[in-house]
Amino acid sequence: MRFMLLFSRQGKLRLQKWYLATADKDKKKMVRELMQVVLARKPKMCSFLEWRDLKVVYKRYASLYFCCAIEGQDNELITLELIHRYVELLDKYFGSVCELDIIFNFEKAYFILDEFVMGGEIQDTSKKSVLKAIEQADLLQEVRNPPKRPLWTPIDL
Amino acid sequence: MPAVSKGDGMRGLAVFISDIRNCKSKEAEIKRINKELANIRSKFKGDKALDGYSKKKYVCKLLFIFLLGHDIDFGHMEAVNLLSSNRYTEKQIGYLFISVLVNSNSELIRLINNAIKNDLASRNPTFMGLALHCIANVGSREMAEAFAGEIPKILVAGDTMDSVKQSAALCLLRLYRTSPDLVPMGDWTSRVVHLLNDQHLGVVTAATSLITTLAQKNPEEFKTSVSLAVSRLSRIVTSASTDLQDYTYYFVPAPWLSVKLLRLLQCYPPPEDPAVRGRLTECLETILNKAQEPPKSKKVQHSNAKNAVLFEAISLIIHHDSEPNLLVRACNQLGQFLQHRETNLRYLALESMCTLASSEFSHEAVKTHIETVINALKTERDVSVRQRAVDLLYAMCDRSNAQQIVAEMLNYLETADYSIREEIVLKVAILAEKYAVDYTWYVDTILNLIRIAGDYVSEEVWYRVIQIVINRDDVQGYAAKTVFEALQAPACHENLVKVGGYILGEFGNLIAGDPRSSPLIQFNLLHSKFHLCSVPTRALLLSTYIKFVNLFPEIKTTIQDVLRSDSQLKNADVELQQRAVEYLRLSTIASTDILATVLEEMPPFPERESSILAKLKKKKGPGTVTDLEEIKKERSSDMNGSAEPASVNASAVSTPSPSADLLGLGAAPLANSAPPPSSSGSLLVDVFSDSPSAVAPLAPGSDDNFASPDLASSEVVSEEPADTVHDADELFHKFVCKNNGVLFENQLLQIGLKSEFRQNLGRMFIFYGNKTSTQFLNFTPTVICSDDLQSSLNLQTKPVDPTVDGGAQVQQVVNIECVSDFMEAPILNIQFRYGGTFQNLSVKLPITLNKFFQPTEMSSQDFFQRWKQLSNPKQEVQNIFKAKHPMDAEITKAKIIGFGSALLEEVDPNPANFVGAGIIHTKTTQIGCLLRLEPNLQAQMYRLTLRTSKEAVSQRLCELLSEQF
Repeated sequence: MRFMLLFSRQGKLRLQKWYLATADKDKKKMVRELMQVVLARKPKMCSFLEWRDLKVVYKRYASLYFCCAIEGQDNELITLELIHRYVELLDKYFGSVCELDIIFNFEKAYFILDEFVMGGEIQDTSKKSVLKAIEQADLLQEVRNPPKRPLWTPIDL
Repeated sequence: MPAVSKGDGMRGLAVFISDIRNCKSKEAEIKRINKELANIRSKFKGDKALDGYSKKKYVCKLLFIFLLGHDIDFGHMEAVNLLSSNRYTEKQIGYLFISVLVNSNSELIRLINNAIKNDLASRNPTFMGLALHCIANVGSREMAEAFAGEIPKILVAGDTMDSVKQSAALCLLRLYRTSPDLVPMGDWTSRVVHLLNDQHLGVVTAATSLITTLAQKNPEEFKTSVSLAVSRLSRIVTSASTDLQDYTYYFVPAPWLSVKLLRLLQCYPPPEDPAVRGRLTECLETILNKAQEPPKSKKVQHSNAKNAVLFEAISLIIHHDSEPNLLVRACNQLGQFLQHRETNLRYLALESMCTLASSEFSHEAVKTHIETVINALKTERDVSVRQRAVDLLYAMCDRSNAQQIVAEMLNYLETADYSIREEIVLKVAILAEKYAVDYTWYVDTILNLIRIAGDYVSEEVWYRVIQIVINRDDVQGYAAKTVFEALQAPACHENLVKVGGYILGEFGNLIAGDPRSSPLIQFNLLHSKFHLCSVPTRALLLSTYIKFVNLFPEIKTTIQDVLRSDSQLKNADVELQQRAVEYLRLSTIASTDILATVLEEMPPFPERESSILAKLKKKKGPGTVTDLEEIKKERSSDMNGSAEPASVNASAVSTPSPSADLLGLGAAPLANSAPPPSSSGSLLVDVFSDSPSAVAPLAPGSDDNFASPDLASSEVVSEEPADTVHDADELFHKFVCKNNGVLFENQLLQIGLKSEFRQNLGRMFIFYGNKTSTQFLNFTPTVICSDDLQSSLNLQTKPVDPTVDGGAQVQQVVNIECVSDFMEAPILNIQFRYGGTFQNLSVKLPITLNKFFQPTEMSSQDFFQRWKQLSNPKQEVQNIFKAKHPMDAEITKAKIIGFGSALLEEVDPNPANFVGAGIIHTKTTQIGCLLRLEPNLQAQMYRLTLRTSKEAVSQRLCELLSEQF
């Protein structure tokens, strides 16, 4: 996989992960271009498209588009399920994940993705293994950090 | 508000994020961000040492700001500090910031590398994991230099935890992708292969990815992985759906791992060991069988995962291309998918069938689905699916169904999406040419293309129809008649006017006998379109008119009247005005004989690969961008020149005009038919004797023959790089297989070359000899690279002395570095002043891709194994061509060696064939190349096949080598 993008229906980028060194300028251009292409597509259209020299696999979950760019030889369907598995992981971790969870906890979304995919290849497909790794990490910080944890006060959005 | 904030929430961060979300306008957002940036900056600069938590919070805010799309130019140091924190969360945020934001600031990289080193040595698996992730995320060369040696050790160490092993495997994969030269193969490789047997499926999954990537470049080293992969795969596909517990995904056992194993097997030919081969065939059959079983779940995830494995299995079957039974089953399976209700499956089936169509075993089976595919073209609602259908029709086309497929594509073109029209036009043009039994059908098809989608018919397409009509006299009359009829339409596309104008100018006489298309009617018809056309088309029509003067003397006065009109003679466009003036003059002064010679029918074009094919390749395949240059070259070297046959003589009469490139390019073809300079008498002939001909592009002392004062005083410019460049082609090709010799010679100047190449570097000495006894002044040779070429080829030259004495020789050194593979050749342009005239000529400098070959010796077995591995259709380029020289085996061998590859003896089962192998060295990569040349003495033909890992390289090498025999 070359990169993964999460963006909203309004075209706001929520997460970007690049698996091949790319200049910032090019990244911005590619993101803009690809968002346009994907957002212009109608529901029920096929989840794959050719874009530049890459294949793009995307799927929409509620208000959020998950979009992966893969190379010519890569398998489209399994990439589609990779997206689904990532959504499941987010869902399990946050409990009924919504876009706001990803906005406010973007770092967690990154950590989960990192445990799941590394260097553009899937690292572990077992939901249990991935979540165990993340929860262990959470545990680590809670043990080490309890007094510093600020009280949560609701913020009116 | 999010329902859960797990772990260690940072309240300040949450507040900041909601502030940003509450901003009503972009300006407000920017204001809020700037305020925050100022705040963070002051905290970082302040005297008070920040505690780890604050540092983490601010770094995290910076990261958020960056992800919003703003530039961040500070905070890197604080992030690096976090790396050495003992608190996991601080370390983790530090690594995240580095992963997302690091640039190649070498100071910082050293510090980061230090922190990583510590974490790798910590033996704390979570810390090791973070460090490995960071290496994989950044993946820079500096990191590869620091850790590529270390990671294999972690990977194969007995006491490494599984999760760390997984990370290490993928981290190494990432480093290998960016810097393969820094990852040394060694003892560890065999132990990595054995990870395929690991208990932990997560480890196997990660290891399979790594092995696949490594095996693509080092197949020999990882050969043993084949049997292990087959047995692993076999265990998975035969397992019950619950056996693999958490690795079962919606009732499909380990789909990711299955796909990866099947992918790994595609790096190799079918297994040689019959037992392994049998087991693999069983696996593939099982997968195909499962596709027919009722689904275990109605969820789309179940069918997606199952079909992902199925499609990968089909890819492997196609890759092996050896089991007709499996191939046909695969084709039938895809046939079912063609009508599936899931758009995704229809899309993939069309895509996969495209590759299946190229296998001899399944081509016929694919063809049986033609009606379904045509139907898809008509009914699919998604343009990307229709695009696949077009691709498949193109792939399944052969002589038997070409007429039907071309008709359907033309049909579709009427309503096709704008985004894919140009490609369809190219495809139709190629198929029509390739499978034309009857050239009238071809002409009709192309004219239809212009009628339906004129705007999308590129120059290459209409140039090509002209080339073909000119080369085939059996179709010329038909073509003239057809264009004449097509031009009757009240509104016709400008491209049709171009084709019509050109063809009638050449062959209008073939239909002039019919009173309905008499010369005058033809002329009036064309001229009725004239005023609606753009300048280039009008220029072309003027050339048609002067050709008519020759073909139809009876309408000469009508044409002269048109040329003489103010709208022509005083046209604001200098090109049109010039043509009108010159053609009018030519029609008045020249005798019928001279007119007939100058305006003679075009000679046939040399046969060559269709330029539209090259264009399609460019559109479709990455890495073939340079094909564009081929098109340009082709365009300037023959199409433009020949599309303007009548204007040739004009260039001699003309003063240099800014649009000179439209003129005079035809000097080469005309030089043959021009009357010899000695037969002087008429003004025109005098002009010819002075004209800068291709044979003697430098025409010294030519000033006194021509009376016109403004020409005499102006410099005779013998420019037109294109014609000299074109002319030197033959000499250029001689240098493909040798390094020293004479590159160019005329009465004034001789250019000699000596060069040497090693790996991706080279040095070339250019010798310029003044053959006259007069000094050359302002002597300036310049090496010119096109933009494309500049990025692939680094050339450094030193200026030479601007004065070259009579009889003297000067030398120039060019240092060459090949950065990446390239197609075209640099141009050497030389300008100097000789006896008051300005000389300007250009030759191609023979720096060609094959110069960076290093020969590789290998055994027959290795050769054919590698040969099979490079069986992707994009990797192979083949050319069948007529021998241009006597077919002598010894000379052929010498040429292959001169070309740079190793000549492998006793490799090919047929001793008459030649095979070679070598590696192209560029700064960025090395590209393995295999070649095979099969002579056919009876037919006096050769078949040359090139296989390399890169399409553009195969293409270029094949072109270069084809010219040699």
